[in-house]
Amino acid sequence: MNVPDNLKYYKEHDWVRVESDGTAVVGITEFAAESLGDIVFIELPEPGTEIKQFDKLGEIESVKAVSDLYTPISGRVLEINQAVTDAPETVNDSPYEAGWLVKIDLSDACEMDNLLSATAYEALLAAEG
Amino acid sequence: MEESDLRQTPLHEKHLELGAKMAPFGGWDMPIQYESILAEAKAVRSNAGMFDVSHMGRIEFTGPTAAEFLNRVLSSDVPKLRIGRARYGVICNPQGGIIDDAIVYRLDEERYLLVPNAGNADEVIDWLKKWSPNDGVTMNIITDNLAMIAVQGPRAVEILDSITMHELSKVRPFRIVEAHLMGTDALLARTGYTGEDGFEVMLPSSSAATLWDALAERGATPCGLGARDVLRLEAGLPLHGNDIDATTNPYEAGLGRFVDPDRDAYVAGDALQHIRDAAHERSLVGFVMRGRGIARQGHHIMNGPDHIGEVTSGSVSPTLDMNIGMGYVPIGFSDEGTRLQIDVRGRLIEAEIVPLPFYSRRKVE
Repeated sequence: MNVPDNLKYYKEHDWVRVESDGTAVVGITEFAAESLGDIVFIELPEPGTEIKQFDKLGEIESVKAVSDLYTPISGRVLEINQAVTDAPETVNDSPYEAGWLVKIDLSDACEMDNLLSATAYEALLAAEG
Repeated sequence: MEESDLRQTPLHEKHLELGAKMAPFGGWDMPIQYESILAEAKAVRSNAGMFDVSHMGRIEFTGPTAAEFLNRVLSSDVPKLRIGRARYGVICNPQGGIIDDAIVYRLDEERYLLVPNAGNADEVIDWLKKWSPNDGVTMNIITDNLAMIAVQGPRAVEILDSITMHELSKVRPFRIVEAHLMGTDALLARTGYTGEDGFEVMLPSSSAATLWDALAERGATPCGLGARDVLRLEAGLPLHGNDIDATTNPYEAGLGRFVDPDRDAYVAGDALQHIRDAAHERSLVGFVMRGRGIARQGHHIMNGPDHIGEVTSGSVSPTLDMNIGMGYVPIGFSDEGTRLQIDVRGRLIEAEIVPLPFYSRRKVE
């Protein structure tokens, strides 16, 4: 299972990457995408929405099931990835690159300390078996 | 239910070898998907897929009064069924509620096979036992003796034809034949639950894995219950436990053509005559989502602020590239073109009533 070192993780199988301009890019992990199976629908908040760390970000649906999405960090939604709302399978194909979900204007960089490193997230996956 | 209590089909090892995602279904540990539900559904529509459906019940009735007994409990006129033919029907309680749907096959003069459609065979068996078979009929549960594999899709018949001497292309829909296959005798019925052409093959459990491998070698894609559910919904076929159950009757479920209530011996005859002759209050309809969202079982069907019905099945339709569903609505809202809303977890999404089935292979051809 691919767990890139340069990302931070939330235990609900979300990742976040902070760009040089302070923008946070959020998505779901390869483990989450594989567990869901074929992703067929994604509901994300409107740009401008303020969201708080670990709150519900939206919904993601596979053929059989609906799951909640959570935000790993607080901030204002800058942009949602139109490519994944139009073609949700993009998340299955490329969960860490083309399949990103939202860009967030990070409100508190200290929140990154509440998240897991790649190593800690891998340990979590191993524990969940 | 503990995982260890789940029953396993003769193909269980195969499913694990193939890396299937397994889940409990009707008391059995069944494959939900192998690689991808959408890819498996597409394989059935465009080529051929194979499903392990050994979890469905198989009950054999033999004896001089077998037909008479079945005629008391099934919705169709069983004595009229000719040898080698199959008939779909429902099993109703004395109030007209649907205990299950099933296909009955007449194998010989005094020999019938009943295959309940859903994974609730135990309930059906209890019900049949309640009407304790009269003298002259033996009821034999052969679920564990026979495996059952459904081969479905435009290439299904060609693939099966290549492994038996029987000319399967000449077998008409809803007929059943005995044929020699993989070194054993098998029953092949031109029936299915996907809206595609194909057969359901019943053969001794010990030969199931050999047939599975032979079909795979010839291009049939292993398909799980996830794809099966998507395909049957596209074909507008009800699923017991979702779209039909003991609280629904066959007329409101659109299954009236499979019911003959005017038989003296039929246990649900009186109730079903009454239901048939009364004005229906509601009807099972198909709808497509016009707004963004997927309807799921249990979602409310709304007419503006008014809650008027329930979604019984809902899914994405990969074949039609739309989101589709079925549910019960009052008769006044059941006309084609009626606009309704589905309450998808608090969001009201526009939907429109369309005729069933959503998909028919004749429409496409």
